[in-house]
Amino acid sequence: MSAEHTAREKRRELRSYLVGFVLAVILTAVAFLVVAAGLPTMTAYGVIAVTALVQVVVHFRFFLHITLKRSTRDDLQLILFTTLIIGLMAGGTIWILDNLHHRMM
Amino acid sequence: MTAVDHHRHPGINLGHTDPDTHEQAEETLFGFWIFLMSDLVLFALLFATYASMMGSTDGGPGPRDVLELSSSALETGVLLFSSLTMGMASLAMKYKEPPARLQMWLVATLILGLVFLWLGGSEFVKMASEGASAQRSGWTSALHALLGTHWLHVAAGCVWLILSILQVAIFGPQSPVKLRLMRLALFWHLLDIVWIFIFSVVYLGGLA
Repeated sequence: MSAEHTAREKRRELRSYLVGFVLAVILTAVAFLVVAAGLPTMTAYGVIAVTALVQVVVHFRFFLHITLKRSTRDDLQLILFTTLIIGLMAGGTIWILDNLHHRMM
Repeated sequence: MTAVDHHRHPGINLGHTDPDTHEQAEETLFGFWIFLMSDLVLFALLFATYASMMGSTDGGPGPRDVLELSSSALETGVLLFSSLTMGMASLAMKYKEPPARLQMWLVATLILGLVFLWLGGSEFVKMASEGASAQRSGWTSALHALLGTHWLHVAAGCVWLILSILQVAIFGPQSPVKLRLMRLALFWHLLDIVWIFIFSVVYLGGLA
């Protein structure tokens, strides 16, 4: 590999971290500002949920370098499987305990 | 070779800058990635517990009484910035910059990690002094379990950082040291992802 190629790859990877950092800062700032500004609760919840999910994708993409097309190993499948497990266990817990809570009223 | 061939595992890939270590990294990092995913499940269940315990304050303090927007914003900024310095450390390692440069980024990450631990620690002390210790109500127990587990993970990351700094100083950036640094970077970045959920659900969700 030529030194020029390496230098280009280094610039590309440096830019990737910086872009990810800037995006993460913006998304975090938006979520905090919405709460600081005292928007209606439901609107705030919506904005927080969207910015949080986008920020998770940003972190995976720019800091952990996981993309749809470049994941040749099973990393992404493992993330999706973990998401399924989390959905079942966390979702199930919240569902059952909320149901129980209502019956105890 | 194309970019596709270079990318074999999560995090920074050494690729052609160190082909031998890159060859070993695939298995080592995939194994560690499986551990990290199981760690995510642990956090998800703590979040489920927290969600179930919201409102279970037993007449004691609730989110608006003990959580502060400004201190959580500071903690968030510190962790986010430490993700960037960890990324810079990964780049310094991959592109064989002078070890002093790598050390500088690792020390910067360590300092930010310690600042986070100090901020989180003083938050626990403040909550205890306001009558919101872990045993006060279902909600405070769930809050302490969630924040405490994340805090301990960051503390473990700081110990790992100290050991890495020593290893780079003693052995130099050899292959085993590089593989450990790559796993440390994955661990650190994933903790920041967990923190996104914590500040969104606990702090912003509780104060909105």
